[in-house]
Amino acid sequence: MNQFQYTRPAETGTAIKALTKDAEAHFLAGGTNLIDLMKMGIVVPHKLVDINHLPLKQIQKTQLGLRIGALATNTEVAESAWVKEGFPLLSLAINAGASPQLRNMATVGGNMMQRTRCPYFFDTTMPCNKRVPGSGCGALAGINRMHAIFGASDKCIAVNPSDMNVALTALDAMVHITGPKGLRTIKFADFHRLPGEYPELDNTLQKDELITGIDIPASPFTKNVYYLKIRDRTSYAFALVSVAAALHIEGNTIKDVRLAMGGVAHKPWRLATAEAFLKGKPVSEDSFKQAAQIAMQGAKAYEYNQFKLKLAPNAIIQSLKMASGLAS
Amino acid sequence: MKKDAIGDPLNRVDGRLKVTGRATYSGEYKVPGLTYAVLVPATITSGTIIAVDTKAAQNAPGVLAVITPFNAIKVPGYQPDVAKPIKGLKLFNDNIVYFNGQPIALVVADTFERATYAASLVKATYQKQPFETNFHKNLDKGVTPQNGNYKDYVRGQVNAYKTAPVIVEQEYIQPSEMHNPMELHVTTAFWDGDDKVTLYTKSQGVVGSQKAIATAFNLDPKNVQINSRFVGGAFGSSLRTWPHEVAAVQAAKMVKRPVKLTLTREQMFTLVGYRPYTIQKIGLGATQDGKLIGITHESHSQSAIYEEFTENSVNVSRFLYNSQNANTLYKVVPLNVGVPAPMRGPGEATGSFALESALDELSYMLKLDPIELRLRNYADTDLERNLPWSSKYLKECYRQGAERIGWDKRSSTPGTNRDGEWLVGYGIGCGAFGAYRARTVAKIKLTPDGNINIQSAASDIGPGTATAMVLIAADTLGLPADKITFELGNSAFPPAPTQGGSATVSSVGSAVHDACIALKQKLNTLAGKAPDSNEQIDYAGILQQHSLPMLELTQESKSNDNAQKYSMYSFSSHFAQVYVHPLTGVVKVKKIVAVVDAGKIVNHKTASSQMIGGAVGGIGMAMTEEAIFDDRFGRYVNGNFADYHVPVNADIPQIEAIFIDKADPIINPVGTKGIGEISLIGVAAAIANAVYNATGKRVRELPITPDKLI
Repeated sequence: MNQFQYTRPAETGTAIKALTKDAEAHFLAGGTNLIDLMKMGIVVPHKLVDINHLPLKQIQKTQLGLRIGALATNTEVAESAWVKEGFPLLSLAINAGASPQLRNMATVGGNMMQRTRCPYFFDTTMPCNKRVPGSGCGALAGINRMHAIFGASDKCIAVNPSDMNVALTALDAMVHITGPKGLRTIKFADFHRLPGEYPELDNTLQKDELITGIDIPASPFTKNVYYLKIRDRTSYAFALVSVAAALHIEGNTIKDVRLAMGGVAHKPWRLATAEAFLKGKPVSEDSFKQAAQIAMQGAKAYEYNQFKLKLAPNAIIQSLKMASGLAS
Repeated sequence: MKKDAIGDPLNRVDGRLKVTGRATYSGEYKVPGLTYAVLVPATITSGTIIAVDTKAAQNAPGVLAVITPFNAIKVPGYQPDVAKPIKGLKLFNDNIVYFNGQPIALVVADTFERATYAASLVKATYQKQPFETNFHKNLDKGVTPQNGNYKDYVRGQVNAYKTAPVIVEQEYIQPSEMHNPMELHVTTAFWDGDDKVTLYTKSQGVVGSQKAIATAFNLDPKNVQINSRFVGGAFGSSLRTWPHEVAAVQAAKMVKRPVKLTLTREQMFTLVGYRPYTIQKIGLGATQDGKLIGITHESHSQSAIYEEFTENSVNVSRFLYNSQNANTLYKVVPLNVGVPAPMRGPGEATGSFALESALDELSYMLKLDPIELRLRNYADTDLERNLPWSSKYLKECYRQGAERIGWDKRSSTPGTNRDGEWLVGYGIGCGAFGAYRARTVAKIKLTPDGNINIQSAASDIGPGTATAMVLIAADTLGLPADKITFELGNSAFPPAPTQGGSATVSSVGSAVHDACIALKQKLNTLAGKAPDSNEQIDYAGILQQHSLPMLELTQESKSNDNAQKYSMYSFSSHFAQVYVHPLTGVVKVKKIVAVVDAGKIVNHKTASSQMIGGAVGGIGMAMTEEAIFDDRFGRYVNGNFADYHVPVNADIPQIEAIFIDKADPIINPVGTKGIGEISLIGVAAAIANAVYNATGKRVRELPITPDKLI
């Protein structure tokens, strides 16, 4: 195997220093993605900084909502009574992803950091600008059935594979980051980035920064929520498209709404214009259809993912019907 | 005393070993001095290897050898001057690359991890050549196979369907589908001197493996010992001896130590076959009252440029229905791909998807119930061979299946049956598969404790062969099952055929039956009774009376001599109920009912399991499985277990297996016809037809993914 060093710091500061000193080092959390990438020669770190012993596992209630440590496992979050009660959308989204075994290992921070599942990224004999900048995008004129319809560039049309990220984007989560320069907090929606000219960068995290946790503000989205994931098999498959829908309904009026999609862009795709349209509208299939149409503005498909131009709006409509109770 | 054991739901005799992890599979034998071999795949799709830089790999820790076409010892059976050179890819024998993923080197090291790492250091230089992997673009390169069994077939008038008042003319696509058994392909090989070799290898036929390895290394077959006692699924992928198995033996010779070669899951997509990409044209012509006038079935199927692969995808259209006119055409399209292999329900599964879909289309055009259409065209004799059936209860399959699925709830107008938001549909798909029986020899031994041991070089890739054999012996001998053991998977045992074509129970079961009868005759004679006396035998007592330490005999059971007088098939009729969400295209297969006429069922419990397994395979074929090439590179883009979707438990509904369970009087003494293949043949059509019934959308290209239904 490729030799690498391994350290297991007990404190956050030590962990960050280890990365500051060594540009090629990687943090290791649940390892459900990084170890695969190492086995396949896609990532070849010469040092792993195992952060599993850092005190970042807690799920706590806060004045504003909920704080989830970056090392809380996906299972712990999905099964947390506070999450189920106050943020059921997150629980639904996490449980739509991977398998129980993977969710038991995978962490919140690691899930945020997981790489795309684009086959050209995974096959080291094929071109991929994300893996080898400048080598070309294999997917652009290749088998791009799973690929982006929003926000892609001619350098990269890969999508973010996470279900959790879609829900956290919809729920206006905040990300706490610690680095050599101290702490900073950013919107979850600003954490991941579009590929643009630099598809090798999935997110805005600096090389030696560490995600320490996320905050989710309390919201009225506790009842009328749904995470719809359309996929090629019923479990253990990435989304063709997915939709996180959360509604705050009073009477028959939509007081507030959150919508985000997965499987359609390089980052979880918040549907802000559709949300703005729906606010104040009656709960009806007609409202949902119009919102879906608005959400799809600017979508662009490639040879093999044309179907997403129809499946995505249909999924938006269906998720809103499920969230609102129009369908069950 | 146990009587009439056949049919009992006996638990698997090796079930406890399997579920407690004590069953030893080919990759688990602890051989002293074992070394580990890892293949290095080509990254080009066609061309020649100019050089292989092995320096870094050779210098890596623990490496014993890096074998390439440039330093490999010659495999005698690969040389053109031998009487019968081995067919197919001759690994490391020359420097030609025929397909992407073809091994170009083999690294042997003292641990698997070190071999894997060293394999990553091997770098080849190639002279690339143009290549073709796109099936559709190369359809015009389709050729009639060299194998003489695949000539064009005509009965009556060619394309008679075109003259009929009602015509269906459609094209159906089966993508490449991978066997993907849970157990990886693995071979452990070690030499004893220069002329004896032992293999623990994943094999569906140890006798076939023995012959292949003996031929490859010019050895006396007696000096080739093949063990394959437990196999973790194979589905046809272990019917032959693959080049990497030969390479493991070659490597063991070169490093003079035992070698274990395990394919990775990714390598399983290129090196051990698959159900080939196939395009089929079906033409059906019928009278207004639904009598078939003609059937035309034309099939183009993917093959490899270095080895021809053929299968019976068009054959079902020649005999399943009562059409005086029928013609078939079968061509193979050689491409720069690994060679396909028979996959469960080989040929017929692909063919029946097309034929049974087309028949369904015809039923809607005629406004006729699909079952009624099949009844109006029921074949009372085999029109292809002009022979009577040895037995056929397909009508009974229709009747029982319709009842169990709730066919009366089916709407004859597609898209009109709803349950809430979901569209509900029902479909039927039928199949047939030849009922074969091949020569088998079994050795039976009676010991003083009254126990019986039977040995035959049969295989068990999962159906529960030993369990069935114990039941047949228990029934024939009139002994309880726990007095009997059956051993298989060892080439030193008397010869048995490869486990394929649903023929194991028929072939090996006949030998077991005959061996039991021979033993009884011998004991009856010893006891002074008429040899065929049916009086209860005191097994241990007779041995004692005659002071015999044991009694052993070997019995041969020949292949069926009625094959020229009767047409022998198993028949199936699968029914599916599906729910389809019109907005999202999501399909839930809600229920499968599989009714089969497979002759006498030896063990209802394991046979039901086998039926369920076949239906799961059919659901995969229908709903999720498709290996996809990027033709620019000649590589699969989903050649792994994450992106190639075998169905998961959540995709699998209640599956009900029903057996007609009537003994076939012709084929063999037990009356069994075989269920391995027909458990899958027809399932995909049943589901596709149910999806049409639910939605009015006809999916003619598998798999039926959500994007095809919105």
